[in-house]
Amino acid sequence: MTALGLAILTLGAVFLALGGLGLWRMPDTYTRIQAGTKATTLGTLLSMAGAGVLEPGWALKLALIVLFLMFTNPLSSQVLARAAHRARVPQAPQTVADALAEAEGEGAQ
Amino acid sequence: MAEALLVPAVALGLGLVLAALRFLRGPHVLDRVVAFDGLTVISISALVLVALATGRGIYLDVALVYALLSFLGVIVAGRYLEGGE
Amino acid sequence: MSDAQRPLKLFATLLLFWMILNGSLAPDVFLAGLAISAAIAFLLPGGLSVLCGARLSLRGVGAALGFTGFFLRELVVANLRMAGLVLNPALPVRPAIVRVETRLTDPVARLLLANAITLTPGTLSVELSGRWLYVHWVVAETTDPQEATRAIVAGFENYLEVIYG
Repeated sequence: MTALGLAILTLGAVFLALGGLGLWRMPDTYTRIQAGTKATTLGTLLSMAGAGVLEPGWALKLALIVLFLMFTNPLSSQVLARAAHRARVPQAPQTVADALAEAEGEGAQ
Repeated sequence: MAEALLVPAVALGLGLVLAALRFLRGPHVLDRVVAFDGLTVISISALVLVALATGRGIYLDVALVYALLSFLGVIVAGRYLEGGE
Repeated sequence: MSDAQRPLKLFATLLLFWMILNGSLAPDVFLAGLAISAAIAFLLPGGLSVLCGARLSLRGVGAALGFTGFFLRELVVANLRMAGLVLNPALPVRPAIVRVETRLTDPVARLLLANAITLTPGTLSVELSGRWLYVHWVVAETTDPQEATRAIVAGFENYLEVIYG
C-alpha cells in the first residue's frame, strides 16, 4: 500500500515538474497558461490521491483541496487568458488564427 | 517513509525552479502572474508532502487556505491587468 | 427546479463542507455548523451553488457521473499530449484562437463547460460572449467554427444538457 501511494505521489510530482517545464519552454503567454494549468491540475490530483493512499485519514480533506483546485485552476487560467488578450499581449509567431480579434474588429466598425 | 518522499520532493523542486525562472524572466506582467499561479499550485503539493513527512495534518489546512487566497489573488490581478492597454 | 429548494441545497452543501473541514463529529462542532450554514443559506438564498439548477433525477445523476468519467479521461489524455509537446525538443505548437458555439444557457452549466474545455486536450477558454465561446488551441486542427465546435464542445455539451436541461 505504501509503495502504491508513493508511486502515485511521485507520478503527480513529475506532472507538476512538467508543468514547470511548460511554463519555461512555451513560446507565448497563452501557451504557457495552457501548459501550466493542465499539468498542474492532474499533478495535484495525483499527488493528493497518493497522499490519501498513504494517510487514509486525510482523504476527505485532500479530496476537498482537489475539488477546490479543479474549479479554481481553470477559472484563473481563463481570467488570465482573457486579460492577456484584452491587454493585447502578443502571440507567438507560429499562431495561425485569432477569431476573437476578428470578432472585435467587426464590432468596432 | 521520509527518505522515500525525496524523489517527489526533488521533482517538485525542479518544477518550482522552472516556474520561478519564468517568473523572473517575464517578459509581460501576465507571464509573471501565470508563473506565480504555477508556483502556488506546486507549493500546495509541497505542503502536503511536508504534512506527510512530519505526520502533521495541520499543514493540510495551511494548503487549503493557501489555495483559496492565491486563487483570489490571481483573479484580482487578472481583472486589474485587463484594462492595462 | 423550484426556487424554494435553492436555500436548502445551499444549506446542505455548506454543512457538508463544514463537517469535512472540521473532520470531527462532536455535537458542539455539528451544532455550530448547523447554525452557521442556516444563517448563510437564510441571508444569501440565491447563492451560486453547483447543485442549484441541476436536475436531481436518476437521469441527471447518471449524466453527472458520465460527465465526470469523460472529463477525467480527457484530463489524462490532455496531460499526456501536453507532456509529449513540452518534452519534444522541436516544440511543435500551432496555436490559434477559434470560435465555437454552445447551446447551453444555464450559467453554471456554461461555467462547467468553459472549465472542462480549459482542462482538456490543448484547449483553453478565453472569452464567453452569448452563444459564442472563444477557445485558444495549442495545436489547432481546424479554424472552421463548426468543425471546432464538434471537436471541442460536443462531447461535454451532451452530458451538461441532460444535467441542466
